[in-house]
Amino acid sequence: MRLWTMAVAGLGGAALALSLSALTANAQESDWEEKPYIIEDGKVDYGTYNGYRRYHNTCHVCHGPDALGSSFAPSLKDSLKTMSYTDFLEVVTNGRQAKRSGNQDSVMPSFAENGDVMLYIDHIYAYLKARSDDAVGRGRPERLPPEEDVVFQEWKESQ
Amino acid sequence: MHGFKLLAASSLVAVIGLAPSHGLANDELVEMQKNPKNWVMPLGNYAGTRYSELDQINKGNVGDLQVAWTFSTGVLRGHEGGPLVIDGVMYIHAPFPNTVFALDLNEDGRMIWKYEPKQDPNVIPVMCCDTVNRGVAYADGTIFLHQADTTVVALDAKTGEVKWSVKNGDPSKGETGTAAPLVAGDKVLIGNSGGEFGVQGHLTAYNISDGSIAWRAYSIGPDDMTLLDPENTTHLGEPVGADSGTATWEGDQWKLGGGTTWGWTTYDPELNLIYYGSGNPGTWNPVQRPGDNRWSMTIFARDLDTGTAKWVYQMTPHDEWDFDGVNEMMLVDQEIDGEMRKTLVHPDRNGFAYTLDRETGELLVAKKYDPVVNWATEVDMETGRPQVVADYSTGQQGEDVNTQGICPAALGTKDQQPSTYSPKTGLFYIPTNHVCMDYEPFQVSYTAGQPYVGATLSMYPAPDSHGGLGNFIAWDATKGEIVWSKPEPFSVWSGALATAGDVVFYGTLEGYLKAVDPETGDELFKFKTPSGIIGNVNTYEHDGKQYVAILSGIGGWAGIGLAAGLTESTAGLGAVGAYESLANYTNLGGQLTVFALPSS
Repeated sequence: MRLWTMAVAGLGGAALALSLSALTANAQESDWEEKPYIIEDGKVDYGTYNGYRRYHNTCHVCHGPDALGSSFAPSLKDSLKTMSYTDFLEVVTNGRQAKRSGNQDSVMPSFAENGDVMLYIDHIYAYLKARSDDAVGRGRPERLPPEEDVVFQEWKESQ
Repeated sequence: MHGFKLLAASSLVAVIGLAPSHGLANDELVEMQKNPKNWVMPLGNYAGTRYSELDQINKGNVGDLQVAWTFSTGVLRGHEGGPLVIDGVMYIHAPFPNTVFALDLNEDGRMIWKYEPKQDPNVIPVMCCDTVNRGVAYADGTIFLHQADTTVVALDAKTGEVKWSVKNGDPSKGETGTAAPLVAGDKVLIGNSGGEFGVQGHLTAYNISDGSIAWRAYSIGPDDMTLLDPENTTHLGEPVGADSGTATWEGDQWKLGGGTTWGWTTYDPELNLIYYGSGNPGTWNPVQRPGDNRWSMTIFARDLDTGTAKWVYQMTPHDEWDFDGVNEMMLVDQEIDGEMRKTLVHPDRNGFAYTLDRETGELLVAKKYDPVVNWATEVDMETGRPQVVADYSTGQQGEDVNTQGICPAALGTKDQQPSTYSPKTGLFYIPTNHVCMDYEPFQVSYTAGQPYVGATLSMYPAPDSHGGLGNFIAWDATKGEIVWSKPEPFSVWSGALATAGDVVFYGTLEGYLKAVDPETGDELFKFKTPSGIIGNVNTYEHDGKQYVAILSGIGGWAGIGLAAGLTESTAGLGAVGAYESLANYTNLGGQLTVFALPSS
């Protein structure tokens, strides 16, 4: 079974705990990074759904509704097309500064100490990746029923 | 356009008398604000009416307006606020890095001086809704600037040299500066921003001579912080009692209580009272902060000299929608039920426009100024409390529940964009939003300097209406009635201006400067400036000629939500009208455009 929520957060540790071979675990991580969401009949898993909520709690004031970007921060729908999970995690954790057009300062703060971001960082990544892949549209995604949602079940067990 | 109702402009009206009774430097300002050739404070005058006696540009000739000259601020991002004009010099400001320019009106805006503060760019991401700034203030040969990083700086109006500089807050905790200062008496009043970061809201009076603190009044906290007098400060006529600023909070939650003061302050020199409002309480998740959360979402009337509150009125107890109470407080004397009253008129984010007695805080009128407002049925005139509709109560619906179809959206029926009042018609002209929302609150934890929001929102044009996101309305504040309402495709996020020439001006998010007929709302003139307008229109006279000036530069909260295009109609709500993205109409860019009639 796929460890949607924990595989990457534990960087393989969780997978190893299930006595899977290292090779298999790596393959799964790679799969997760490529497609960290489940969508069935237009309904998304809990991670993608919670990522939608958490993104719009913290990130959207700069990066725009539905990850579309704004007048002062890039569209993450576009950024996630080329950005790796590792780079994503690095920028969210440490922040970064850049000059944008017109010599204007652009500042991404560090969210390392923000539990509302870091506890759900894989969910936010899943949502953004789904947006980037055009797998979910604008607005609030519909959730899978909890009993059909392996991600939700894993998440609940982990809490 | 919708002509809801035409009102005979018969009500007795007068802008407040402005005989100086207190203060030193403001004796000069009290006189200066009466001179329509100048525009000496962001709202035009202490009463906050944004009304000008100039009438060279009038209803008959406004259609002939032409661009006289233009000026680029060199800054992109949202340009709120507007220019000041003092004796042949125009002072304009930009969003972060908060450049200030003194422009010579004798030479089409040649730069006399330019001031650009060095600020740590780390303040940028702790500004909730773009790096806006709502303008500078003038008094006693000095320009006062309130920077993003909360530095308050006094500049020599002739040279731009720094006279003094003080720090009003700590940006590393999310405290920032966006509000325009107001000088009253010998004090400059500074409000703070950071309501999405759990900061403590306060208004601070600095002595204009040296920047020392005269007083600081918190919105929330024990009495020695709020400067509320348990016996003599009243709420709807009743004493507030001891520590009213902590009594309706659980435990220490008031310390993350918000109630920031980022809107407009007005001043009645006769009563020596200043008026302003406070913003949202703590997190946007109401479940996490039970109680009325006093004194967030509150109108304050404070004594200028001591800061002590004479009266307070909380409009939205226990906010569940982010309806900050910071919008302008317009001070106009009006006849209500046959009696002349010294009133305060305040169109609030929550969709109700309030008329109060500004001497006593008595509630006179509280009515919806957009018919789609649905989160409350009415305001109980005895208790002052909105009668909340359970279906639209995000607290009653609960955490992790998406409450749908709430009108207005968190943007409010209007935000900070200041209204105007014409004593000739007795009407208020209000730029509004026509936007509704879904709102889902959830648990969040507090980390200093990190967003403390706790809700996910989606916004869309008001369903079953004209499909647009805004209206520009004429409002009778004595009766609480819309006189006319002119639909706009986008929220009207620009401060308005009424003149004795029987013209009302405002800007639009597409970038149009528009002039309309105050009696009917009929459009008399429009011109498309280079970028969307979220700034405030002003007017002045130079060398015998009347000018109209406006800052363009799309951004602000509108730039976040609208620049990317709002969510289309939400399933089940039947929102009408295809929404086209604002990005198809305009682009970033800070520019001043100055208009005049052609030379004959």
